[in-house]
Amino acid sequence: MKLEMKDQPGQLVAALKPISAVGGNIIAVIHQREATTPVEGLDVQIVLELPEGRLDSLLELLREQGVSVVRIGEERLLYECTLIMIGHLMHTDISDTVDRIDRTGSAEVTELSLVMPAINSPSSARITIRSTTRTEMKKAIRILREVAREKELLIIEPLEGA
Amino acid sequence: MMRIAILGFGSVGRGIARAILAKNLDITVTGLADSKSGIIDAGGIDLAAALARKENGGACGNAGVSPADVVAKADYDVLVEVTPTNVEDGEPALGHIRAALRRRKHVVTSNKGPIALAYPELRALAEESGVFLKYEATVCGAIPLIHAMQEGLAGNTISRLYGVFNGTCNYILTRMAAEGLTYDQALAEARELGYAEADPTYDVEGIDAAIKLVILANTVLDMRTVLDDVERTGISLLTPDALQLAEDQDCTIRLIGEIVPEAGVLRVSPRIIEKDHPLVVEGTLNAVTVGTDLAGDLTFIGKGAGSTETASAVIGDLLYIQSRHVQGS
Ligand SMILES: NC(=O)c1ccc[n+]([C@@H]2O[C@H](COP(=O)([O-])OP(=O)(O)OC[C@H]3O[C@@H](n4cnc5c(N)ncnc54)[C@H](OP(=O)(O)O)[C@@H]3O)[C@@H](O)[C@H]2O)c1
Repeated sequence: MKLEMKDQPGQLVAALKPISAVGGNIIAVIHQREATTPVEGLDVQIVLELPEGRLDSLLELLREQGVSVVRIGEERLLYECTLIMIGHLMHTDISDTVDRIDRTGSAEVTELSLVMPAINSPSSARITIRSTTRTEMKKAIRILREVAREKELLIIEPLEGA
Repeated sequence: MMRIAILGFGSVGRGIARAILAKNLDITVTGLADSKSGIIDAGGIDLAAALARKENGGACGNAGVSPADVVAKADYDVLVEVTPTNVEDGEPALGHIRAALRRRKHVVTSNKGPIALAYPELRALAEESGVFLKYEATVCGAIPLIHAMQEGLAGNTISRLYGVFNGTCNYILTRMAAEGLTYDQALAEARELGYAEADPTYDVEGIDAAIKLVILANTVLDMRTVLDDVERTGISLLTPDALQLAEDQDCTIRLIGEIVPEAGVLRVSPRIIEKDHPLVVEGTLNAVTVGTDLAGDLTFIGKGAGSTETASAVIGDLLYIQSRHVQGS
């Protein structure tokens, strides 16, 4: 996952301690100067691994330390599910199909292999979705099913769930 | 000795007759009918002669004797109903089964129609009459799945039941995966080998598998479902590319029927499955995994169709009834 905070003096140090306190593992600390960021500060992103279920206590500790978290990106995509889609994938806007899942914010398409078929015949693609939680994965698959119904695609799910 | 009447003298009916001839099963056939003829003979029908007549393209008996006559008039302990499946209304088999049960005759059938459509009613009728209604052959041919669930696994709670219930689809998918055939090519091959009907809809659209799920749900899982409750996707749109995409990840695609009783899930759909998974069976085989609380997971693999194989399930039911009910005469 990713924590974003303002890089104000002392904030980074204050943030690091609680992370190890809850058993988190810091992968990277990224200072990022975004074009849109007002002059007063840099954004800092901490990329970390966190054991399942510790996020709330971490946020609590950070709050106690006076660290203000601007944004939490749950990029810990623990769950992976690979599906196959068959149909007129190009004509039905495959990037929109992918987008509909990515837009959830908690699941994303991390891989897509598309086999281009003969003209006018249906194409096949393998799509890998990763998500932060099992529930989010179920939601992503539900979205994909809806999209498939709408676009008349066939979705082949794995036998064993995500 | 047990006396039976057989309705339907096709693949299954003749398989039963051959097994009775070949083995000392202590079964006598006193009534027999196909679509156009029938025989009633309390002294025992000459099965070899009936088989010969049928194999020469004739009828099994006399044109003047109808299946209804056999059901109503023949002297038998068990009616063996092995005529074609009708999933619309189960007829004419349903009427024949009702009539036999009302006559206090046990019934053994391989016909999915009546069981999928009218099990609660038929079961109540059988109970009222104090007779057995057995239907092992309706699901997965030779695999004694129903018996295993009702007897061997009695006391277990079934959390999930899933597997390959249709040999035709499994054959087509096996061939598409192995040879890179298109769906149409593999279907043509299956037809040539007699694994697929001229109209394959019933198999390839997952209807056959869905009916089997309904039978299992209603008869051994205490659910009350109908065919329309099954979420169903067939295999006719599958592409060789899709199978290759699965193959690239050491997986393949199989048509899987699945029941999750607690969640009310009843589903038939092509699924991605690891190639070394126990349910990945070759050719026309069937394979079913039953997930239970006490016994853990059990996987059954065997022939889901075929004359002798399906006869095996019918005969198992007959001998079950014989050992529990039929008095020697
Ligand atoms: N074959 C298998 O491996 C298998 C496996 C599991 C379950 N089953 C089920 O078992 C049943 C029989 O299958 P099958 O393969 O033996 O079918 P089949 O080869 O088509 O034979 C059907 C038989 O029933 C007769 N029949 C048709 N309509 C009839 C009627 N109204 N009254 C009396 N007899 C009638 C036919 O008569 P004619 O001979 O005059 O045409 C034929 O003898 C079906 O319900 C099937 O779904 C079959």
